[in-house]
Amino acid sequence: MHYCWELVLLPVPTVMAGLFQRALRLRTALRCLYDYSTLSRSTATLSPVDFHRPFLTCSSEQVLASTRKLHAGAEGSKVSPSAAPERLPFCRVTEEDLAFFRKILPGRTIVDPDLVEPSNVDWLKSVRGSSEVLLRPQTTEEVSQILSYCNSRNLAVNPQGGNTGLVGGSVPVYDEIILSTSLMNKILNFDSISGVLTCQAGCVLENLSFYLEERDYIMPLDLGAKGSCQIGGNVATNAGGLRLLRYGSLHGTVLGLELVLADGQVLDCLSTLRKDNTGYDLKQLFIGSEGTLGVITAVSILCPRKPKSVNVVFLGCETFEQLLKTFQLCKGMLGEILSAFEFLDSECMRLLNTHLKLPNPISDCPFYIVIETSGSDPTHDAQKLHNFLEDAMTSSLVSDGTVATEEAKIKALWSLRERVTEALTHDGFTYKYDISLPVERIYQLVTDMRKHLGNQAKSVVGYGHVGDGNLHLNVTSPSKDPALLAAIEPFVYEWTASCRGSISAEHGLGLKKRNYIYYSKQSQAVALMGNIKAMLDPKGILNPYKTLPDNLKQ
Amino acid sequence: KCPRVSPVVTLCYCFVSPQIRVKPDNTGVVTDGVKHSMNPFCEIAVEEAVKLKEKKLIKEVVAVSCGPQQSQETIRTALAMGADRGIHVDVSGKDYENLGPLQVSKILAALAKQEDAQLILLGKQAIDDDCNQTGQMTAALLDWPQGTFASEVSLEGDKINLVREIDGGLEHIKINTPAVITADLRLNTPRYATLPNIMKAKKKKIATVKPADLGVDLTSRLEVLKVEEPPQREAGMKVETVEDLVVKLKEAGRV
Repeated sequence: MHYCWELVLLPVPTVMAGLFQRALRLRTALRCLYDYSTLSRSTATLSPVDFHRPFLTCSSEQVLASTRKLHAGAEGSKVSPSAAPERLPFCRVTEEDLAFFRKILPGRTIVDPDLVEPSNVDWLKSVRGSSEVLLRPQTTEEVSQILSYCNSRNLAVNPQGGNTGLVGGSVPVYDEIILSTSLMNKILNFDSISGVLTCQAGCVLENLSFYLEERDYIMPLDLGAKGSCQIGGNVATNAGGLRLLRYGSLHGTVLGLELVLADGQVLDCLSTLRKDNTGYDLKQLFIGSEGTLGVITAVSILCPRKPKSVNVVFLGCETFEQLLKTFQLCKGMLGEILSAFEFLDSECMRLLNTHLKLPNPISDCPFYIVIETSGSDPTHDAQKLHNFLEDAMTSSLVSDGTVATEEAKIKALWSLRERVTEALTHDGFTYKYDISLPVERIYQLVTDMRKHLGNQAKSVVGYGHVGDGNLHLNVTSPSKDPALLAAIEPFVYEWTASCRGSISAEHGLGLKKRNYIYYSKQSQAVALMGNIKAMLDPKGILNPYKTLPDNLKQ
Repeated sequence: KCPRVSPVVTLCYCFVSPQIRVKPDNTGVVTDGVKHSMNPFCEIAVEEAVKLKEKKLIKEVVAVSCGPQQSQETIRTALAMGADRGIHVDVSGKDYENLGPLQVSKILAALAKQEDAQLILLGKQAIDDDCNQTGQMTAALLDWPQGTFASEVSLEGDKINLVREIDGGLEHIKINTPAVITADLRLNTPRYATLPNIMKAKKKKIATVKPADLGVDLTSRLEVLKVEEPPQREAGMKVETVEDLVVKLKEAGRV
């Protein structure tokens, strides 16, 4: 984990203090404004090396405002939509507050900067907050006490799970108190007849998978971050993943939630019933709310049986049209056992070969498909798969492929899809886009983007959950490049909007994409979202600066 | 000039499952419903044989497996990797449960004579029983030289140069043909069986024979008395001082 050494302020003579204050103001102003250019918007990403956080918090609001004006005036520029807005007038943490937290969370109120730092930076190392307090409750009651107190004291709170999000939603923007669910990792109950698992929000997804596999069940979702992400965060962001094609989204598989609202009230909707039409289904509001409407403290989720027979097929296609036809054929012949249909392009394969030394199991093709089947009878499944593959090959939809039936080979084939993200990080600075489009148009965006960017970009790759109409478009460059970013955005969002697609299929909005919401949602809808937020969190202390756009006045 | 060597590659059909449970009557482990497939070391042996054929150093690769009906799938995989034909030695039921290295090596020896094989390639050991005996026993029964734990194989005229992975390092040996070679992990990386080859493999022949046809007696010389799980791993203990550690060690009778 990257650590950035803080400047430790010692009592200094007045002269030095004056100098330091100016440096502080300058840094603060830069911190608020991020990168900007006169011509266009650039991404609001902090490199951990550029900005050193002073240990003491920023000086007064007035200084902030004046320095912002100063810099804005000097350049006359617009601020990037993904840059953080000004700090809202929340209170700051005092010694009294710390004393309160220490009383209810003895030994679990962290203020040591070295220990808080990892929670201030996101997984991509692209955004950094300046929180000084990390709280680690173990029970719902403790979360309730924390929120009740923070609400009364007007202290902002940033709920944090595994911190694996990709849109800057999981880390503080300023000095919000980090509320970590990591110690809330107990499994509360598992009903082996109904398959309903009830657990605390801080359970790591992979651990839940291991627990269930011993009992002949699996989690209904699976994603690359499984070793670190927590189920509470998954629910708060309505995570999609590799199995959505088969088991559906969390909106369907989550049966109940226990939450703590902004004022500390505990909302117990932790039902384990499959069907319950008694009133408004409140939990749906919180699934995907990204920690802005309430803090999830427990989840009950419906889990499918572990399949007895899993096969993975890796296929190569010459054109995207053939890939889509293969998808149709696949649904027709393997429909009931299909559990994943993913794709990657030849550029992805090149990156896997180059950076991770993973060899191509088949011959070079423009497009690759990963198909997974999960069923209850190996013989039946093998027969279905065999028929499908024969059809696909004889009708020349597929030019090459290979099949895996055992654990080690299955893992090897899956890693070709799951490790693309990792390979990209070795290729340079990555601009990531997670788009939902009508399936026929998915690759068109990649082709158009390549043409549009020409030589500006190092690599432009497309991969993702083609079965769900979800493209992961990534553009790399040797280093952060504002001109490249200006070429990508808003082109990519306008292109998406023109097909009525979603500018964030599964990653959510977080900090980085909050202001792009209007590309995919009507303003009336967004206004209603704002009303709901105001009703549930009048002081706006839950995960501020995220998810909803800035121009939404409460 | 290429030696007319015709290898027989034998494949283990063994279970590859992360979770093994002992049968309630302690006579063995549960194999019903447990996923079976080709032994990884045997896969490496198949790959080596196919490579040799591609280099035109050998004429024909025959894949052999001993076991119930399902072991034919393993042979099919070998055919898809490039073997020319398969022989399935049909052993099922009680006979299969008692099938051990001695029985398999008798079968292989009989087949080798029948097929006039010049080279037998096997995996060094099966990952379900870890016996590491079949290759060696087969060589003994045929009175052939053996090159075990091979990490490099090259044919030189009618001799074979081998590098063996042993505890002390690497051993280079030269053996005559016909010979038995067992494959170790670093011999090669098995290729994926690609679809066109999987389709072609369906047309390749798999002959079925019974051990009796080969004149092999399957009676086992071993009797399994009991199979138990290893003792549960107990949690460790933390102590504060060295003195405490010594006391605890003494208490446990370790010092």
